[in-house]
Amino acid sequence: MPIATKILRLLTVLPLLLLLGGCDLVVMAPSGDIAIQQRDLIIISTILMLLIIIPVIFLIFIFAWRYRQANTEATYDPDWHHSTGLEVVIWSAPLLIIIALGALTWISTHKLDPYRPLDRIDADQPIAADVKPLTVEVVALDWKWLFIYPDLGIATVNEIAAPVNVPITFKITASSVMNSLYIPALAGQIYAMPAMQTKLHAVINKAGEYEGFSANYSGDGFSHMRFKFHGVDQQGFDAWVAQVKSKGTALNRDAYLKLEKPSVREPVRFFATVDSDLYNAILNLCVRPGQMCVNEMMHIDMTGGAGKDSEENRDRLEYDNRHSGSGHGGHGAGHASEAPGDAAVEPAQHDMNQHDGQSMPGMNHGGGAEPAQTNN
Amino acid sequence: MNQTHTDQVLQNEGAPAFYTTEEHHPENSTMLGFWLYLMSDCLIFAVLFATHAVVGRNFAAGPTPADLFDLNLVAINTAMLLFSSITYGFAMLQMERNAKAETLFWLGVTMLFGLAFLTIELYEFYHLIHEGAGPTRSAFLSSFFTLVGTHGAHVTAGIIWMVVLMIQVAKRGLIVENRRRLMCLSMFWHFLDVVWIGVFSFVYLLGVLG
Amino acid sequence: MFSNPDLLKFVFGRLTLDSIPYHEPILVVTFIVVALGGIALLGALTYFRVWGYLWTNWLTSVDHKKIGIMYIILAVIMLLRGFSDAIMMRLQQAIAFGGSGGYLPPHHYDQIFTAHGVIMIFFVAMPLVTGLMNFVVPLQIGARDVSFPFLNNFSFWMTVAGAIIVMLSLFIGEFARTGWLAYPPLSGADYSPGVGVDYYIWGLQVAGIGTTLSGINLIATIIKMRAPGMTLMKMPVFTWTSLCTNVLIVATFPILAATLALLTLDRYAGMNFFTNDLGGNPMMYVNLIWIWGHPEVYILVLPAFGVFSEVVSTFCGKRLFGYTSMVYATVVITVLSYLVWLHHFFTMGAGASVNAFFGITTMIISIPTGAKIFNWLFTMYRGRIRFEVPMLWTMGFMVTFVIGGMTGVLLAVPPADFVLHNSLFLIAHFHNVIIGGVVFGMFAGITYWFPKAFGYKLDPFWGKMSFWFWLVGFYFAFMPLYVLGLMGVTRRVNEFEDPSLQIWFVIAAFGAALIAVGIASFIIQLIVSFFKRDQLRDTTGDPWDGRTLEWSTSSPPPEYNFAFTPVIHDHDTWWDMKKRRYERPLTGFKSIHMPKNTGTGIILAGLNVVFAFGMIWYMWWLAILAFVAIVAVAIGHTFNYNRDFYIPADEVSNTEGERTRLLAGQA
Repeated sequence: MPIATKILRLLTVLPLLLLLGGCDLVVMAPSGDIAIQQRDLIIISTILMLLIIIPVIFLIFIFAWRYRQANTEATYDPDWHHSTGLEVVIWSAPLLIIIALGALTWISTHKLDPYRPLDRIDADQPIAADVKPLTVEVVALDWKWLFIYPDLGIATVNEIAAPVNVPITFKITASSVMNSLYIPALAGQIYAMPAMQTKLHAVINKAGEYEGFSANYSGDGFSHMRFKFHGVDQQGFDAWVAQVKSKGTALNRDAYLKLEKPSVREPVRFFATVDSDLYNAILNLCVRPGQMCVNEMMHIDMTGGAGKDSEENRDRLEYDNRHSGSGHGGHGAGHASEAPGDAAVEPAQHDMNQHDGQSMPGMNHGGGAEPAQTNN
Repeated sequence: MNQTHTDQVLQNEGAPAFYTTEEHHPENSTMLGFWLYLMSDCLIFAVLFATHAVVGRNFAAGPTPADLFDLNLVAINTAMLLFSSITYGFAMLQMERNAKAETLFWLGVTMLFGLAFLTIELYEFYHLIHEGAGPTRSAFLSSFFTLVGTHGAHVTAGIIWMVVLMIQVAKRGLIVENRRRLMCLSMFWHFLDVVWIGVFSFVYLLGVLG
Repeated sequence: MFSNPDLLKFVFGRLTLDSIPYHEPILVVTFIVVALGGIALLGALTYFRVWGYLWTNWLTSVDHKKIGIMYIILAVIMLLRGFSDAIMMRLQQAIAFGGSGGYLPPHHYDQIFTAHGVIMIFFVAMPLVTGLMNFVVPLQIGARDVSFPFLNNFSFWMTVAGAIIVMLSLFIGEFARTGWLAYPPLSGADYSPGVGVDYYIWGLQVAGIGTTLSGINLIATIIKMRAPGMTLMKMPVFTWTSLCTNVLIVATFPILAATLALLTLDRYAGMNFFTNDLGGNPMMYVNLIWIWGHPEVYILVLPAFGVFSEVVSTFCGKRLFGYTSMVYATVVITVLSYLVWLHHFFTMGAGASVNAFFGITTMIISIPTGAKIFNWLFTMYRGRIRFEVPMLWTMGFMVTFVIGGMTGVLLAVPPADFVLHNSLFLIAHFHNVIIGGVVFGMFAGITYWFPKAFGYKLDPFWGKMSFWFWLVGFYFAFMPLYVLGLMGVTRRVNEFEDPSLQIWFVIAAFGAALIAVGIASFIIQLIVSFFKRDQLRDTTGDPWDGRTLEWSTSSPPPEYNFAFTPVIHDHDTWWDMKKRRYERPLTGFKSIHMPKNTGTGIILAGLNVVFAFGMIWYMWWLAILAFVAIVAVAIGHTFNYNRDFYIPADEVSNTEGERTRLLAGQA
């Protein structure tokens, strides 16, 4: 029987290996230095562990075969159940592997910390002292990606480009729910979270067109939250920037508020200019006029709050009201420019019909009337 | 282990007893079980305390503990609950003496202290909500109302339980089952006291002074 | 005065005709099948007049053996539901290429993967584990029942109630579309305003109460009810792993309950724990849920380890190698399982030192786990291995699990996790350990203890069919997912553009089909064995030449388990008894003190379903009524002091006499 298992397994594995040759294992063959180091780490760890896994699997089959009931030749020792020497070995063998792997983990986790600025372009090239990294501010929206190049004053939706061998610094946030920015060929992923900023340092070493996407489920349109990452030479990058500038429109707060509405399969878009304070406002959830920024709130909280008569702050801190239209509209404070929403393209919503007028207890006080009807 | 194993065989040579004809009465598990329940409940409070530690200073540009809490009122409230624990202790002492009427009397007193505690707490909640500092005002207030409210819900459950037990003691006397139940409620009641000490120190005192 | 719509709204809350998904053909067909099946079943029960029998002997039973069996029946039924979800996902991903979109739109697909995760963990794996522990533990420690028999019945019905709530979402309204852990803000009131997340919350909350209480019950049982002489270090390994699992249950399920309660307050009362608004902190939820979620993994796998330990030593005819180190390994895993939760979100950006700390603690768990594997391995060494079906599952487990363990340690290296997190590699990893560990373990356990529960063995041919289809199916279904993960494919995607991925999804779907055959073989095995029960009959009570106490009593055991309480001298008690020529007592039986059955558990659980339904649909009047009724019934129950009875000595004598004749007949 164990022999049968073995043969079966071999039969299973063989055609798979053949198939493997023909497919693009991007995680195993990436094009950016960080991802390459992460790939190396996977291989080293796997080999370390195979040192113990392979003998174990062999022993399972050998023992199963040798001590099968039919084999009366083999020693049968029903009371043998303890051996100090063997116990020491079976605890210390995994321990040694884990010590090695643990040391590797500690070092590599610090070395490949996404927050840590790069110190090399690739295995052979350190970073020149005068190189200025390219900064990209990334916003995960429902359900598309906004990339802002603050130094160039441009922005794009669902497309990004970077020159090869230039360090990139991503600053990442989200507008509503959690996503994860992942470009497998470039570097590992990191979460994009509302009102928080994560960072990722990476570099692309080979020119090419690579896939990027959200790696954290974020709702209906999640499957199509994909974009292309173009690794290009400096010339190509300049041409790409010029193209964005020539084809693009302006990205100001109004344009952003329209863009922020949920939509699926958003085509690539270019913005030739970007309001300089926009990213900061997105990060602090205060793009909509009248809203209080998160950092302002935190500052007030740190300096002893705003006292009892601060009810108006409450309305200014309601961010999560995308689905309920004007939300707690009854409060009325600072919602003057809700209008842009009406002109926006009807987003792909299908769950609105049965939840109109949700009567959340405790949420409609102060408003007097029923909560506003959904109208997005 | 091999060694002891052989020893035993030798000692028990012949026919060791593999069963007991005596009725085997394992020790009653109720106290252990109830204690385990209390520990699991304790974890619920632990989560609420942890939550308060995380969001307890997120005032959302609103009122802070110093703006809201009246420590005198809370001190009175704490006293109510501490007194109720003492009087519950008296009830248990009377139970030990097998004095049914006295036990019932002290349970009644405990219940009144408990009710006083709840009344003061509800007054405080009403007052806060009236001032616009309801649980939806900020994460701090959400966590405050939830932590204190969960404790209050436990006290309410304890009072209902106490009423039920008083009826049962009145009807059937201090029989074994009822004594066991009184012991459980005793553990529950003192547990709530301990939790309240935590609430008082970490939420109120540290909130106002810290 | 109420105008008409107001009245409707008052009575039905947010439940309207539109909430019934009659425009979804898949659901309509499912409903018809379920309804017809249900009517047929109810009709048959009525026709054969078994309602009374069911009510008195099963539904209201406080007998741990029957409750254990009912848990497993629940798990098998829910397995069919959870597996249908799996097949639908595999099919969708195999065909959703080249802009076809497949046959499941996102809002349906998203419900399916959420339901699959929730059902498989909470209503398949958990009841399997709890059921097995319930059935086996009191028998292994020589007890007559658990510490709190009524509570046991109540816990079971609360688990059923949770399952019913989740199943209702199929036909009334919708289920959550958030993934099985429902991370906010996505699961908050603003981004998931429907009833889906509420079904999720209340289903888990109700079932969670049952699980916690059952955990308390089993800890108390193991601590207090062991037969004389059974010191902790003489307990069977399965009992040890059960103890650790129940400690984990009691120490983590309250965290889940509290976390879900906070999410409930956010959704129902407009509070701000996990919102972006007003100072809420969504990442706190992610931490809290995983502080429960990681130990949960060990809650499931530890009892499976226990099963393998029993099976290996029985079918190798040998004492377990390194009992002591096995026990310590279990305890170490129990403690360490609390120190690793952050490895589920290295990508949140907690900083290198924090990530490295949690990565290393995770790896450390592999040391005791590795020691366990070696212990099983060296139990086989110098044994006489009988390859019966439970042993096959164990072998399948050992090989499969080390692979899953290896990919798990790989994922614990934070920089490696950055490229593999949330990918299909991760999906392959946890199915590798949960199917290879928990599911194989539970099948081994079911096959192993089935003759004890029902008095006849399961048919080995169909058992082997089931095993081979599961094993091969598993490799076909999940090895491609490892590959896809390395191709950078992420989880929970319902449509693909790159055509080179398709072949792998097709292979995976084929694997799922093989597993379907494996499940079908298991069902056929149950049916075939029932009809061949006379051939497969176990008259000895010890069909496998077992080693622990449960094999010393008859199959199925009498209501009271043991006529006389056993006295323990060594671990592997029954083996010890057999070796030293234990003589079964034939006379001198006494009356036995037992707990009475009660219907309170099932009534309370039923009321909980009503309460949850009222809360989910905002039918406040119904929720309030049900809540008051729950309190009233619970209080009413405490006024019943008459909860036990004596099995007369004559009856015990008759039952034991019957067994004496059986044993003589087979000798």
